[in-house]
Amino acid sequence: MHPTDFTLAGAAEALHEGLISSVELTQAHLDAIAALNPRLNAFLAVTAEAALREAAASDARRKRGDARPLEGLPIANKDLFCTEGVATTAASRILAGFIPPYESTVTAQLRRDGAVFLGKLNCDEFAMGSSNTTSAFGPVENPWRRGNDPDARLVPGGSSGGSAAAVAARLALAATATDTGGSIRQPAAFCGIAGIKPTYGRCSRFGIVAFASSLDQAGPVARTVEDCAVLLRSMAGFDPKDSTSADVPVPDFARACGRGVKGLRIGVPREYRLDGTPPEIAALWEQGLQWLRAEGAETVEISLPHTKYALPTYYIVAPAEASSNLARYDGVRFGLRETVAGSDLRDLYERTRAAGFGAEVKRRILIGTYVLSAGYYDAYYLQAQKIRALIKRDFDEAFGRVDAIVTPATPSAAFGMDEKQDDPVTMYLNDVFTVTANLAGLPGLAVPAGLDHQGLPLGLQVIGRAFDEETVFAVGGAIERAANFRALPAIRAGVG
Amino acid sequence: MTYTIEGRTGPWEIVVGLEVHAQVTSHAKLFSGAATAFGAEPNSQVSFVDAGFPGMLPVINHECVAQAVRTGLGLNAKVNLWSRFDRKNYFYADLPQGYQISQFAHPIIGEGVVEITLADGSAKNIGVTRLHLEQDAGKSLHDQHPQKSFIDLNRSGVALMEIVSEPDIRSPEEAGAYLTKLRQILRYLGTCDGNMDEGSMRADVNVSVRRAGEGYRTRCEVKNVNSIRFVMQSVEAEARRQIEVFETGGTVEQETRLFDTARGITRSMRSKEDAHDYRYFPDPDLPPLVIAQSWVDQLKAALPELPDVRRARYVAMGLSPYDAHVLTLERETAAYFEEVAAGRDAKIAANWVTGDLFAAINRTKTSIAAPPVPAAHLGALLDLLADKTLSGTLAKQVFEAMVEEGKSPGAIVEARGLRQVTDSGAIERIVAGVLDANTDKVAEYRSGKDKLFGFFVGQTMKAMQGKGNPALVNDAVKKLLG
Repeated sequence: MHPTDFTLAGAAEALHEGLISSVELTQAHLDAIAALNPRLNAFLAVTAEAALREAAASDARRKRGDARPLEGLPIANKDLFCTEGVATTAASRILAGFIPPYESTVTAQLRRDGAVFLGKLNCDEFAMGSSNTTSAFGPVENPWRRGNDPDARLVPGGSSGGSAAAVAARLALAATATDTGGSIRQPAAFCGIAGIKPTYGRCSRFGIVAFASSLDQAGPVARTVEDCAVLLRSMAGFDPKDSTSADVPVPDFARACGRGVKGLRIGVPREYRLDGTPPEIAALWEQGLQWLRAEGAETVEISLPHTKYALPTYYIVAPAEASSNLARYDGVRFGLRETVAGSDLRDLYERTRAAGFGAEVKRRILIGTYVLSAGYYDAYYLQAQKIRALIKRDFDEAFGRVDAIVTPATPSAAFGMDEKQDDPVTMYLNDVFTVTANLAGLPGLAVPAGLDHQGLPLGLQVIGRAFDEETVFAVGGAIERAANFRALPAIRAGVG
Repeated sequence: MTYTIEGRTGPWEIVVGLEVHAQVTSHAKLFSGAATAFGAEPNSQVSFVDAGFPGMLPVINHECVAQAVRTGLGLNAKVNLWSRFDRKNYFYADLPQGYQISQFAHPIIGEGVVEITLADGSAKNIGVTRLHLEQDAGKSLHDQHPQKSFIDLNRSGVALMEIVSEPDIRSPEEAGAYLTKLRQILRYLGTCDGNMDEGSMRADVNVSVRRAGEGYRTRCEVKNVNSIRFVMQSVEAEARRQIEVFETGGTVEQETRLFDTARGITRSMRSKEDAHDYRYFPDPDLPPLVIAQSWVDQLKAALPELPDVRRARYVAMGLSPYDAHVLTLERETAAYFEEVAAGRDAKIAANWVTGDLFAAINRTKTSIAAPPVPAAHLGALLDLLADKTLSGTLAKQVFEAMVEEGKSPGAIVEARGLRQVTDSGAIERIVAGVLDANTDKVAEYRSGKDKLFGFFVGQTMKAMQGKGNPALVNDAVKKLLG
């Protein structure tokens, strides 16, 4: 077995048993990165030296007998997390040269628990995108290929495309990611791995480059549901530095993964049966429900009547917040500064932001500025807030009847790098099944559940009650066991 | 009587509303732990939150919230248990986040009232519309380099209270009285130091003019006026400008103006067309600010005595309304007075504080906060007066010596032998000597020239170097002439 084939939990076990050292495990991943990253472009920065140093220290610590929960496990971080002393770009030119003098709470907690950091992962610029093609540093390639068209390069999904591609191709045991409208779940589904966006407030946002503050949540992507649970436990927890972080206990999520679904009521929202959804996605959804019924769950048709407004609501709220959150990238204090001699402040702003932001980021800043403008605020932003409250209420009512909701994760499998690039709205439709959980602040897990006719992975999504990730993991675990997803991407460590 | 400005076409009334920005007295900023001391090295009191670094988040400083609530209570205002922070979006080099966190739609404090006293002794209520919490911006320094502007972020994120008045103010005097009273209340509460020259209190002055009986006309806002005197001057200047516009057939456009202190006029800063669209929206980084009524009650119970209440108490103690007013103007003055008056005659204490002490402060260019004579020393001096150790005249001499030497009155009396002579035998012996030396005058007195009585008293006091007890000297002169 190649060391990069371990799951996170399996690697922890192997380290514990002394079958492998952290240095060996880390070196194997660094070798895989060196071999495959030139093709995949999943890593923006590889911190090889630091990783090996940390791994050696970790091995020494384990010898002393005080190993921590993630001791010596090599993982990687989406480049939206500020990492002290390591360049953080949000995949944008505007943060050129920015080296944070501080560490995000999530990554600090992972370090606290012994994780080894391999480097920083590519993503859509400022997490705005669903295909990882908006990165200023080039697109990430999905390690999967179509069986019937093996030369076509596919997108890994976005915005956490680097995280999902790296984990799927075994360049890291697991990775951190963030999800504002589906940015964890959609790339996880496209890359055949698991990923959870926890409840809003579960993970601190401190030190994460903000996209849309009321929607952003950090979460893990990994090759198993259990691995996600293990990583989330370290990432989560109340942080006094984030006023929106929740002061609630963090349970042992991993224990919930094997809990089973006997007696659970699983909601099946009728509004998620969209016209034009490929039949194989509808079939996979039904298959998933069958598996759960076979394990003793009851499936119940429910209604989430405001679902059809979710996407437009999201594309008002998220750009509105982004337009304000991104105002700080002005060339004055950090990152890119574009100026010419004799120019004034306004010119500095215009040049810096014109050169620093990509087209999609500019588009969203413009949309956000527009919907907040005098005369338009009531019609757009205020209306969107009202609908958001109704969407939340839909879920509250549904969760009075069911314990979890199961839906497809995405309306399609991964698409080609040159597809869907002309019309931004087509791209936005990728988030149709996932944005509702962000708008309602609920946990959502993507689990790989099968392959489409082209041999590409498809995922199912499990949505749970606020702060009830345990039930989500239980349902996700059951789907994972039943699906027994064993397919492997074409590009992966040890294969090339 | 309504204050008016006489134009060429008749009298005009002035309508003024003030927006006062008062820096909250607190050790840390509104949303970060950075310090707030005045006069620190540029950019030495800046956290990554204040500098708007990526991923930084605001966390409310509850001491600033408490200060806002205390201020609201001091303004007799409604405290809103639910309030919310909004972002006010605009670009400027000294606004690191690209937005100011403020309370636009739901302020923490609602309607209140401030009672002002005018020079003619009349009182008037000025309505307070609201008070909200917001962040200050940094400072742009344009005079440090020929081509560059420098930015100092020490102020960035400092907590401000914006206190908005109703348009109830009708004259420069009322504007001055309102600001003076507001500052007095803030200082009593300890919620703002009110130091306008350090920028911890500044005012935006909204001015319009109208004919008697009219509704409101268009107003202009004079921004960032930083002294009470300038506020009064800017009201007058702006009103005169608007009158001139109207009287020459023009219309006043709503705009933002600046007060040119050197020339005593206002100048246009930006017109309504150039006004920012601030794109206010609720700050998603901050949950609504919810406070408990029980906490408000606790703060209320612990409030210091406010100037109006204290003034009434002084009047009840026997002070004149004027003395009560003067002594309560500054919290430090009242504290000084109370220390002097404790266990002593309040009226005498008031006379000494407002008379000799104030004169000494003026003369020595000191302040009540660092007085030339400590309150304890002045109190001790009053005790020496009360037990007749010192006469009034001697007490004045001792007081001057206290100002000069900084010593206690006891020490000065001992050192200079200024103790009053109350031994009537000794006094009579001196009177007898004076009479012997002036037999001619004694004869004149006895033949009916009563006025000479004062001469004998004066001679006796002179012989005693002023140390004779005046009553006893009188008695002795009367007795021996008798």
